[in-house]
Amino acid sequence: MKKTNLISLAIASMALLASCGGGQQQQSQSAASSQDNKTLLGAGSTFVYPFYSKVFNVYTQQTGIKVNYQSIGSGGGILQLINKTVDFGDSDAPLTDDQEKQAGAPVVHIPICAGAVVLTYNLPGIQDTLMFTPDVLANIYLGKITRWNDPAIQAINSKVKLPNLPIAVVHRSDGSGTTNIFTNYLSKISPEWKSRVGASTSVNWPVGLGGKGNEGVSGLIRQTPGGFGYVELAYAIQNQMPVAKVRNVSGNFIAPTIASTQAASNIQLPADAKVFVTNTSAPDGYPISGFTWAILYREQHYGDRSLDRAKELVKLFWWVTHNAQSYCADLHYAPLSAAAQATAENLLKTITFDGKPVLETSAQ
Amino acid sequence: MPEPLLTHTSDKQLSSASSSAEASRSDSRSRRLASRISHAERKDQLFRQALLIAGLIVLCLVIAIFLTLIVGSIPSFRATGIHFFWGKVWDPVTEVFGALPFLAGTLLTSFLALFISLPFSLSIAIFLGEYFPPGKGKNYIAGVIREAVELIAGIPSVIYGFWGLFVLVPLVRQLEMKWNVLPYGVGILTASLILALMIIPYAASLGREIINMVPAELKEAAYSLGATRWEVIRHVVLPYARTGIFAGILLSLGRALGETMAVTMVIGNTSVLPKNIFSPGNTLASVIANEFTEAASKVYLSALIELGLVLFLVTTIIHLIGKRIIKQFST
Repeated sequence: MKKTNLISLAIASMALLASCGGGQQQQSQSAASSQDNKTLLGAGSTFVYPFYSKVFNVYTQQTGIKVNYQSIGSGGGILQLINKTVDFGDSDAPLTDDQEKQAGAPVVHIPICAGAVVLTYNLPGIQDTLMFTPDVLANIYLGKITRWNDPAIQAINSKVKLPNLPIAVVHRSDGSGTTNIFTNYLSKISPEWKSRVGASTSVNWPVGLGGKGNEGVSGLIRQTPGGFGYVELAYAIQNQMPVAKVRNVSGNFIAPTIASTQAASNIQLPADAKVFVTNTSAPDGYPISGFTWAILYREQHYGDRSLDRAKELVKLFWWVTHNAQSYCADLHYAPLSAAAQATAENLLKTITFDGKPVLETSAQ
Repeated sequence: MPEPLLTHTSDKQLSSASSSAEASRSDSRSRRLASRISHAERKDQLFRQALLIAGLIVLCLVIAIFLTLIVGSIPSFRATGIHFFWGKVWDPVTEVFGALPFLAGTLLTSFLALFISLPFSLSIAIFLGEYFPPGKGKNYIAGVIREAVELIAGIPSVIYGFWGLFVLVPLVRQLEMKWNVLPYGVGILTASLILALMIIPYAASLGREIINMVPAELKEAAYSLGATRWEVIRHVVLPYARTGIFAGILLSLGRALGETMAVTMVIGNTSVLPKNIFSPGNTLASVIANEFTEAASKVYLSALIELGLVLFLVTTIIHLIGKRIIKQFST
């Protein structure tokens, strides 16, 4: 008797808890649509967060429009957009077909800025900048080249006396856009990598140790003589790490810089901008780079969204892809190339409210 | 539920006693007394209900967490099935998920850490509980040690991680070079060493309290029979306190199983079944911490939640086994 009472009480309070959770969800769901139009909500990539936090702050000062961006990771940002709890998501990878299906309605990918993945190493006593070809990179990460004085590496770097050290390969252990760009590049240049490993935010690495975040990777490399790994361009610049030149499609060895990263995206882009610009055909472009995209619904009239809100959102991203680009270099991001900016403009023009373009009616 | 029933009957007895008193002497004093008693009775009942609700909320939370984990794991379970528990491959690209390397990593690091920490936590517990118990004469060194042990428990785990990465890892690497194993520096052994340091305070503090509570009469009796201090500790103190000491060990094991941040930073994060204690590995908790934010596909996310479920089950099973052992100790 007493026991059944207890159990029923437990179930009742659990139901209460569950209903609380449900209520909260509903509340935040309507938050995106019914909140005052002075605050826009976004969520997603941590990579772009320093840039967004700077430019959104400037935007608030200039226009009075607040933008609340939560850097919860690309996957989370996409999920929040699909659940319609935010006005825009931000992702370092384009949506997969599966995710587009979940979204229910067409979305647009607006390129925001670009970043590069750089290769860094720890070879005591060697000051020269090392050079790598795509083959060598793939073979190191496939575990086929295991020592620094391997003839394949020595042949490219004929001026450097490479030590007889094992290569301590390091990769990111946390899921990240950086890994996605890097593995996407390896998949493009090495058929074996593509079939054995593939590209994703985290993969089943054939060799190497995992470090958490850029700092974890660079920590492992710095400590291990013979360490070799990849980090974000901005992180390498800030910490003055040695970075390697990589040969691109045109046969030039390119050092990763903001200029060479920007140049990488100055190519013919598809109209939807859903493309990794890795292994670029631009002759002066660094081959391992990629965009971060803001993801928006193409048709903005969903839920109880107002036209004003849609207008503010499009205006914001027009500003981010134009005026705000001048803040990129200071924060070690690569600004959009002319080609990428033109693509972003065309995409913003396709955003509609009740089938009518938002941008024209907003008198931009 | 014998306790609530018991108090209920005694409540009734009280009220019947007060009513009979009211009948025999119907003056205002007894009435005031009666109202005071019933007032106290009501307060008592209210207090009991508050306690009951607080306890039930915790129970509900545990059940709710368990249910959430199960519901979240359904897509992964549909995709992988029971094979998930002993699959050796973890490949997010092709969505092949197996938890065995992480399960092995978790159990290896936790038990190795427990093994390493045991002599230290036991010595600290005996030293602080038996040789220099608090209050019995001021000993400066004992005080410092007591504070230090408590401080160890308060340091955030990310700091252990950084310390491990920059101090312990190079030391382990040197050791590995001497022993002619691959000098990664990071790996199962390094993670276990960090964990061992982190869990010492739990077993040590509880052990100290229990040893401190061993009745003085028992010890004095042993001394009067001519026992040495070692014999008293060995044959009186430790057997008396073993239940509590074991409970402390269980507590530190629980902490080791779930520790995430520090382990993630020094374990090497490789999703391959560890070959020996020097190889890099991964634990259930560190995989979840590493991959949760960017896990975009449904099955991938669900597989990570299922890892959480596995961790939940492992913790529960170890806890239940520990409870059994404690029960056998105390009978």
